[in-house]
Amino acid sequence: MRAALSGAALLGAFAISLVAVLTFTRPPINIVATGNPGTGMQLNYVPKQVAAALAINQVPAALPPIDAGPPASTVYKNVQVLGNVSSGAFTRLMVSMTNWVAPQQGCNYCHVAGNFADDSKYTKVIARRMLQMTIAVNTKYTNHVGNVGVTCYTCHRGAPMPSQIWFTGATPGSGAGLLETSMGKNLPALAINNSSLPSDPFTPFLLNHENIRDQGTTALPSGNTQSIKQTDWTYALMMHYSQALGVNCAFCHNSQAFSDWSESTPQRLTAFYAEAMLRDLNTNYMVPLTSTFPAGQRGPMGDVAKINCATCHQGVYKPLFGAAMAAQFPPLLGVGASATAAVTPIAMPSVMPNSSIPTTDSTKP
Amino acid sequence: MAMLTFEKKYRVPGGTLLGGDLFDYWVGPFYVGFFGVTAAFFSILGTALIIYGASQGTTWNIWQINIVPPDVSYGLGFAPLAKGGLWQVITICALGAFVSWALREVEISRKLGIGLHVPFAFSFAIFAYFSLEVIRPILMGAWGVAFPYGIMSHLDWVSNTGYQYLNFEYNPAHMIAVTLFFTTTFALALHGSLVLSALNPAQGEDVKTAEHEDTFFRDFIGYSIGTLGIHRLGLFLALAAVFFSAVCIIISGPFWTAGWPEWWSWWLNMPIWSGAH
Repeated sequence: MRAALSGAALLGAFAISLVAVLTFTRPPINIVATGNPGTGMQLNYVPKQVAAALAINQVPAALPPIDAGPPASTVYKNVQVLGNVSSGAFTRLMVSMTNWVAPQQGCNYCHVAGNFADDSKYTKVIARRMLQMTIAVNTKYTNHVGNVGVTCYTCHRGAPMPSQIWFTGATPGSGAGLLETSMGKNLPALAINNSSLPSDPFTPFLLNHENIRDQGTTALPSGNTQSIKQTDWTYALMMHYSQALGVNCAFCHNSQAFSDWSESTPQRLTAFYAEAMLRDLNTNYMVPLTSTFPAGQRGPMGDVAKINCATCHQGVYKPLFGAAMAAQFPPLLGVGASATAAVTPIAMPSVMPNSSIPTTDSTKP
Repeated sequence: MAMLTFEKKYRVPGGTLLGGDLFDYWVGPFYVGFFGVTAAFFSILGTALIIYGASQGTTWNIWQINIVPPDVSYGLGFAPLAKGGLWQVITICALGAFVSWALREVEISRKLGIGLHVPFAFSFAIFAYFSLEVIRPILMGAWGVAFPYGIMSHLDWVSNTGYQYLNFEYNPAHMIAVTLFFTTTFALALHGSLVLSALNPAQGEDVKTAEHEDTFFRDFIGYSIGTLGIHRLGLFLALAAVFFSAVCIIISGPFWTAGWPEWWSWWLNMPIWSGAH
């Protein structure tokens, strides 16, 4: 009996040690303070995390700058977006786009061989719209992308389909009989840090315009009817923000009062601007392309691939570690572009939202 | 305070660890000893430094007084007094006072010839504090990750430090610690109510015995841990709760920097799930 107990204890200790060694990380820790000393506001990284992030966020070499020749529209036919760009800069951008998006497939991924003007390939139609989207991001959403901007590479990273995209999940409310209504929960996904939260917080917030704020603005109840389940959606979205940017809650929030803008870091405002941007991009650029994409590239619900924070950020809080890649391609910043075709971004409220009583929507899934 | 007649019997000299007979005396009801002197020294000095720190701060509001640790940029070095150095000295004073208190308990236990269970138990509380303010900062390479001294500020620190790991309730050691804390209160409630039930029979009846207590639980759940056993269990539950609390904060940062939910990936990645995810 005694020996058996000792044996069991030894085995248990071995199992625990194995889990400890295999599942945990170890020092040294790199700390980035995001708040004053003693507030507990900081980011923590181990060298392995930093190395992994660096490995997937390297900027490719840019082609030598060219800005010569007559406007592209006078040299090529059917140039709808970059007509006023010099043919030299235009060609350089076309070759760069190939390197960024379809390096294996080459020009013919979008173009019909021998007839660059032909629009019969769906990829070319999409590429044109994406070009307009890139210009819109760089010109209309500087409140989010700053002077750094984005290029095709920010999302595509050498692949025709960006690796970090999302599709709408199974429709909530599909529970049968006595089963609890499915809320899209308990489907672990890295976007929600493998937690039990709803795994598709994107449809309500980054496509539809649901209310992210769940906290009441008064100490005592005063009409805030946001439910626990609605709060779960918000938490799931916040989990995604963290995962996508490789940060924790303290990057934007002081948890003493999550909702209080005066206690939040400046990064929270940058993230706030992204919400309007992502709704615009998904609604006005991606969704209209739904039928343009072949069925095989659409999601299980038949919807188009859409954009979230991870699409550009890919695990770091400044995409590509803040490399000013777009500056090397003036047409992507709107220089010489003739058509932006974007709807006006949602106007910023003059007062920050925490000063108004949150509207509630009990119909949110 | 008047001394009860039988108390003198237990006020015996000796049993000291340090100082020999020098501090082997009582002041009123309190045994002094060498460690009583050091406990008084460190606690008075530490409290005075907190008051001095408050005087250099922005408020005398008792809830908002805040003595902050150094910025993380100071690493494990010394910081100027006004920039966390005060926190460093106060931390030394606190540890000096806590350890003195434990050693004073040892001396009293030795005088009485009883076991060292009380100082052993108290040392777990010291270990929890030591983990937060010394072990974890050393492992993470900066005193700045320790909690500040202030009623509200240390709560804010707890909250933010928890949110550094997205959802702290997925921390495995935190799960064990919380379970043990609840079990401790559960065991204490069972024990307290059982003892009081035996000592408070109906009017006119005799006080009941330990046999009654044991029989209650044997009838109830088929087993009674016994009069000594319940105290062993209670001490184990309480100390294990504190121990796993210390573990849960030591692993947060030094041994895991991502969100705690993500740590459970090893479970989701077990081969038993046949591609369900």
